[in-house]
Amino acid sequence: MKYLDEYRDRRVAQKIVDEIKRIVTRPWVLMEVCGGQTHSIVKYGLDCLLPEQIELVHGPGCPVCVTSLEMIDRAHAIARMPGVIFCSFGDMLRVPGSNGDLFKIKSEGGNIRVVYSPLDCLKIARANPGKKVVFFAIGFETTAPANAMSVWQAKEQAIQNFSVLVSHVLVPPAVTGILDSPNNRVQGFLGPGHVCAISGWTEYEPIVERYKVPIVITGFEPIDILQGVLMCVRQLEQGRAELENGYARAVQREGNSTAQKMVDRVFRVCDRAWRGLGVIPQSGYGLAAEFADFDAERIFDVGRIHAVEPAVCMSGAILQGLRKPLDCPAFGKECSPENPLGATMVSAEGACAAYFNYGRHLVSISALAANG
Amino acid sequence: MTCPVSIMQRKNIVMGHGSGGKLSAQLVRDLFLPAFDNGYLRKLDDQAVFQAGSARLAFSTDSFVVTPLFFPGGNIGELAVNGTVNDLAMSGARPLFLSAAFIIEEGLEIDDLSRIVESMARAARAAGVSIVTGDTKVVDKGSADKLFITTSGVGLVPDGVAISASNVRPGDAVIVSGSIADHGMAVMSVRESMEFEGAILSDTAPLYSLVEAMLGAGEIHALRDPTRGGLATSLCEIASSSSVGFEIDSSAVLVREDVKGACEILGLDPLFVANEGKLVAFVAPDSCTAVLQAMRRTPRGSDACVIGRAVNDHRGMVLLKTEIGGTRVLDLPFSEQLPRIC
Repeated sequence: MKYLDEYRDRRVAQKIVDEIKRIVTRPWVLMEVCGGQTHSIVKYGLDCLLPEQIELVHGPGCPVCVTSLEMIDRAHAIARMPGVIFCSFGDMLRVPGSNGDLFKIKSEGGNIRVVYSPLDCLKIARANPGKKVVFFAIGFETTAPANAMSVWQAKEQAIQNFSVLVSHVLVPPAVTGILDSPNNRVQGFLGPGHVCAISGWTEYEPIVERYKVPIVITGFEPIDILQGVLMCVRQLEQGRAELENGYARAVQREGNSTAQKMVDRVFRVCDRAWRGLGVIPQSGYGLAAEFADFDAERIFDVGRIHAVEPAVCMSGAILQGLRKPLDCPAFGKECSPENPLGATMVSAEGACAAYFNYGRHLVSISALAANG
Repeated sequence: MTCPVSIMQRKNIVMGHGSGGKLSAQLVRDLFLPAFDNGYLRKLDDQAVFQAGSARLAFSTDSFVVTPLFFPGGNIGELAVNGTVNDLAMSGARPLFLSAAFIIEEGLEIDDLSRIVESMARAARAAGVSIVTGDTKVVDKGSADKLFITTSGVGLVPDGVAISASNVRPGDAVIVSGSIADHGMAVMSVRESMEFEGAILSDTAPLYSLVEAMLGAGEIHALRDPTRGGLATSLCEIASSSSVGFEIDSSAVLVREDVKGACEILGLDPLFVANEGKLVAFVAPDSCTAVLQAMRRTPRGSDACVIGRAVNDHRGMVLLKTEIGGTRVLDLPFSEQLPRIC
């Protein structure tokens, strides 16, 4: 398929891998920021192509993983209310709150819908005037413009039975938080390609400058990721720390100004709690005052929610690259993709879920790789 | 295969129990199997094969609840005929007789029902089966989604044919009869109200004539039609039932360009998307070439190709060589495949 096959070419991949092997002289720890990148790495088995010196650490850029337990419980409480049609991106349905997931609520009579675009919620709202349609607006800078657009259109079209439960998060504060940790191991970042397609990379320049850490904005296809690793390793081996764009076909320095304007109009930056990481100041979006009528948190009184993460879970340390899933005593025992205790086991691209599905078969895989 | 916690710890059935993934397997393992326990059921094939006098009969049943009732390339009626015909054929049986039971929601348009029944009649003729008994129930509006159809079928297994999910041996070639994921994406494209360039058509089709050609050409150990849960689910189930490993080459698996595009847009993996007119065969290595050639001479198998082989290593596990040269495990999905946000 055009524009995809070129980025999944086995020979090109091998050339890049050979070049990485040629230039690497010592171990490096790289973090791919996005869940989508983690997914590609696992799906295409990229990590078993890389030389042993390169350790890939899965970053916090999985929106499903980092949405706080308190917010998920709030979403579930709203979804349980009579007369509500609760709309969500698909992979949020399996994310457990303190008492089950959206599938469970659906099985108990909740009206839960999977949408691909938040604008579909407006259609649902118009078709169901007697119902209250709520969209769970999660994600990073990438999903913010379309989510903002749904609220803006709802206001323009005076759709009164539509609201959003906003739990947006922002990448730069999370990256800064990781670098500020006294135990940080990450030496270079594969930057978030789709986030930067919206926001550009100006916000990342001061991070590179301040922490002397290479950031290579990286795409999501296998060749994109291998190229990002090569560019990052090359910088590290040469003692450089620069911002480089490895995803030029999608990302420009200034980003997408039309999308940014829509986001600035509808959202405001606020403090946000991250699952596994806690509250990070100025790390998310909430609705601007002008759009308060569409704020599901104001419309639905669900009382006080006090959510407590299981004490044994170490997903916070794993999201920061400080610990590995196998360090966790609950891994593969009390905690599995079927019954996740924490953020990183929740989504298929979470580090623990990736290890569970892939790492337990590591021995067989290396045997296969050795056989060619 | 890792199974989730016992079903008895859950209060309600969730959609995942019907997905064909781990939750479905758990429902069968924890609830149906202990209650009905017998040697036929324990094989976990898509049909039971038993002796009746001098004849060996295959018996199977399947229910159809697809939404919408009409989709590009077919409708629920022909799906219901072909589905049971194919479940029988996967034991090597020649399908003979079907039953059809209709659960109809009050308000269904007679015209729609008529079109569906006519296409069932056509599908039955094409598959060489007769629909010889049936039942009709009408339920209150809201108690069903327009129309559910259950078909059961009986077929005759030829002498000397021993095909079962537990018969695969290391060294066997894995052959798929054509492109995958057509049916699932055809239904999905209508359900998601997306219009893809050049409509994707369901591949719904009867497969017995293809199976008959294969049986005459060589030694077949197992057959599956990878419906719900797709090719990956069938491979995982067979790996488990036969206690073999599989090594699959993803670049050998045929996915049509438009289907691939639709999967990319919706964030779905074609390996886990349903087919209704394809089969995966596990064939003795000596017979591989002859069976492949026989398949390619038939209309339903013209695109057949070898996608991998069974091995003695990593028993119960399916390893996929990715198109980029990496390796990953194909595992039974927990529940329904969900579109990802990122």
